[in-house]
Amino acid sequence: MTLLGPSGCGKTTLLRLAAGLLPASAGQVQTDGRGLGFVFQEPTLMPWARVLDNVRLPLDLNGTPRAEGDARARAALTRVGLAGFERHRPRELSGGMKMRVSIARGLVTEPALLLMDEPFGALDEIVRWRLDDELLTLWKERQLTVLFVTHSIHEAVFLSQRVLVMAPGPGRVVAERRIDEPYPRAAAFRVSTRFAEAAAALHADLMAASGVPA
Amino acid sequence: MSGRARSAGPSRVARIAAPVGVALALLALWHGAVLWFEWPPYLVPSPLRVAEVLGQNAAMLGLALANTMQVALLALAAAVLLGTAIAFVFVQSRSVETALFPYAVLLQVTPVVSIAPLVIIWVKDPTASLVICATVVALFPIVANTTLGLRSVDPGLLALFRLQRASRWQLLWRLRVPSALPYFLAGLRISAGLALIGAVVAEFVAGTGGTASGLAYRILMAGYQLDVPLMFAALFLVALAGVALFAATSLLSRWLLGGWHESETRLD
Repeated sequence: MTLLGPSGCGKTTLLRLAAGLLPASAGQVQTDGRGLGFVFQEPTLMPWARVLDNVRLPLDLNGTPRAEGDARARAALTRVGLAGFERHRPRELSGGMKMRVSIARGLVTEPALLLMDEPFGALDEIVRWRLDDELLTLWKERQLTVLFVTHSIHEAVFLSQRVLVMAPGPGRVVAERRIDEPYPRAAAFRVSTRFAEAAAALHADLMAASGVPA
Repeated sequence: MSGRARSAGPSRVARIAAPVGVALALLALWHGAVLWFEWPPYLVPSPLRVAEVLGQNAAMLGLALANTMQVALLALAAAVLLGTAIAFVFVQSRSVETALFPYAVLLQVTPVVSIAPLVIIWVKDPTASLVICATVVALFPIVANTTLGLRSVDPGLLALFRLQRASRWQLLWRLRVPSALPYFLAGLRISAGLALIGAVVAEFVAGTGGTASGLAYRILMAGYQLDVPLMFAALFLVALAGVALFAATSLLSRWLLGGWHESETRLD
């Protein structure tokens, strides 16, 4: 599921509410309590710690024994294609690799729900597409729910089953669309008519929400 | 890209050879001037004469150097313990910092020369009184930098720690302390020099009344006796002690931050 909307419409706020990072002023957040992973806009790695230690952090904080934590962190790194980089420091990695480390850290606790806040916003398009593909693979493998925030219509269409369109002033959900393309979604989907139609529909929703006729 | 990649800047050899070359040139100039203008040794001794005096008084000056270094190092240790403790108290609450920070500044801006006579009267043990004076001088950079460092935590990482329900203790040791380390080390480098300055100034104030004979005391005594070569020799050792302190703290900083912090990693 994806939250799509322009800057300032409360996507990040909603995600942080879901994570419990912000208190709700009204209403309730319901989760099944099976734990969640959070991937931020920035890689948000500890620069002093090696890649493996960064990924193991959530396990360290909940008191998982070191040996088990190491094994699970290694497994998570392998899943994002970074086996062999355990001993590197964040500054030795490219932007895309740092983001993968961040995703590995989000996955290491085997959460039922992964919250992603514009995780690929700062990356170039080629890297972004590859990470989109990898994210879909991971999502299929692990049977997790991903709540993904983006302001890219294309990313929303390519990744999602459901897209919630949000609008600012005050932040609200203005439309919901299903993308009924079967998985796995190949690169060809990006240039198909179905993709263009879905993107156009979302674009119209966004424009309508901001008061501009489509 | 490897973080250890050598930059195009000066090579390791040049970084040592260049300052040494400057030193040799200046010494030669100095020596030449002494010969040319026929300055008497009791006004301006030649570098060779200073070296000679240094050799003759090696035992006495070595002891003085050890005494001064002892005061400076004890003061630095006290400043580190006290300074980090104060910084930890400051970051616990803004109101505590607001209430106490002016007094830290007050301590910093009051010249140690004006406090030293009081301390020397109040504290019987001469070494202890000197250490107290030098600590007062060295304290502030540690407090200010460590406080800043403990507050300068990446908000994203802070959110992550909160999300994982990190305890206060985990937050402190796994996040705040490593984040503060570069700031603390920058403060340490300044404080190391200040501790030496504080030690020397306090010795000057204690003067002949002091029984511990540090380098400043030797300079003072040699001045009374118009033994200018001995003054130069003691001065040289003070400078050497300062350089040694700077080098030691720089090495410590490189060792602790070399793998990750921008200040200690060469540009790729």
